[in-house]
Amino acid sequence: MSMDLSISRFWRKKEIIYKLNGAKCKSCGKVHYPPKNACPYCGSRELELVELPRRGKLISYTTIYAIPEGARHQSPIYYGLIDLGVTKITAELTDIVNANSLKKDMEVEATLRKTQEDRDAGLIYYVLKFRPVLVQK
Amino acid sequence: MATPKAGIHGWGAYIPIYRLPLSDIAKIWGWHPDQYKGLAVESKAIAGPDEDSLTMGYEAAYNAIKRSKIEPKKISAIFFGTESKPYAVKPSATIIGEALGITPFTMASDLEFACRAASEGMRSLIGMAASGLIDYGLAIGSDTAQANPGDVLEFTAASGAAAFVIGRTSNASAIIEDSVTFVTDTPDFWRRASQPYPLHGEGFTGEPAYFYHIENAVKALLERNGLKPSDFDYAIFHQPNGKFPVKVGQDLGFNMDQMKDGLVTPMIGNTYNASALMGLARVLDKAKPGQKILLAPFGSGAGSDAYLITVTDEVENRKPLAPTVEDYLNRKVLIDYASYAKSRSIIHVIK
Repeated sequence: MSMDLSISRFWRKKEIIYKLNGAKCKSCGKVHYPPKNACPYCGSRELELVELPRRGKLISYTTIYAIPEGARHQSPIYYGLIDLGVTKITAELTDIVNANSLKKDMEVEATLRKTQEDRDAGLIYYVLKFRPVLVQK
Repeated sequence: MATPKAGIHGWGAYIPIYRLPLSDIAKIWGWHPDQYKGLAVESKAIAGPDEDSLTMGYEAAYNAIKRSKIEPKKISAIFFGTESKPYAVKPSATIIGEALGITPFTMASDLEFACRAASEGMRSLIGMAASGLIDYGLAIGSDTAQANPGDVLEFTAASGAAAFVIGRTSNASAIIEDSVTFVTDTPDFWRRASQPYPLHGEGFTGEPAYFYHIENAVKALLERNGLKPSDFDYAIFHQPNGKFPVKVGQDLGFNMDQMKDGLVTPMIGNTYNASALMGLARVLDKAKPGQKILLAPFGSGAGSDAYLITVTDEVENRKPLAPTVEDYLNRKVLIDYASYAKSRSIIHVIK
């Protein structure tokens, strides 16, 4: 039996999870994701939400085999550190057929996917994940 | 009575990366090795383990909005046509709308009419846009088609999505000049509530359902517009397999040159609500200004729509703004039956 995710917690964060909304500091100008109450660089609480670029470059990744029950069928999960230019973020990678294809600086882009499901009857949780770009620019 | 006209402002498609060769299905289930050859389909597209009709519809809609060049907030109606809803009760349309930045002043609902629900959404949006009730609406067709493992339907039931932003005619990529719908009560294919897989009324599948409804819808459209098959540059029909659309087209007087660009099922299988609509997306990827398109989706139960569409000069500006159907067709990884079975939850797991 698995632990269900918090419905209310996920709902509160949907703007950030669905749209890749980061926070830009009005004081030092730096961008971070996910948005915190204060800028992690200068401590200012003057922040504004900004939509982050949907394409970036893979810096590194890790492979996770210990998966929560609600995502067991997605195992293994590849988790990437991605450079979006304005900031670096961590996110799930998807459509990875072979880990050998994951190279530093490979281009990745955001798309909506399921991250977890609360058993057969519970809620389905959707997030933006990153996959190898479909069309090179 | 003047026919209300509307415009297709943006179009988009999505095909998952995974492909299952039909030979694998034949091998696993002990079909005769040539069993599926008559279907004219070689492999089918399979949604990955973290995909469903909602996520596929999201990406097709994202592409359609990019091509429409409008702000998502200007869309005030979302119709999501599918027969593989992630939730029996909870609209996928609101989740897609929220994720794309469209909501909250938005009509949003999931429609069901087997494979033509999304087309019903398009017809509704034509009236809503032409009347001025909305400026723009989004119709999405998306399915992770189910088939009872071992059933002949399993050879073609595939995954994919297509979406269209529909609005008034000005500045559109293509004009929907006219459309006709033809429906009857026909027991060709159904899925009972809470059943995981559909059944088909064998004798009803071909002539009484697919051919009867498409032919009646298309003939009515041609007749009331004074057109003949040779007046069209493209003809696109619902594609349950690779054979039916070619036969219905030829029976109606269309030739392969008109039909070949709108055929996607031979490469990826039947994507149900996205089947004919992905054909339209592929044709718009290639069409030239002034060309005429006949589109005829079909859904079991049963009904067909026929659309008369004229491509405008604007189409050329929109083509490069999102990935083409060809881009998705070319991105593919072959998987085996075991991966497909896990991905599509055919393996029963106690949760």
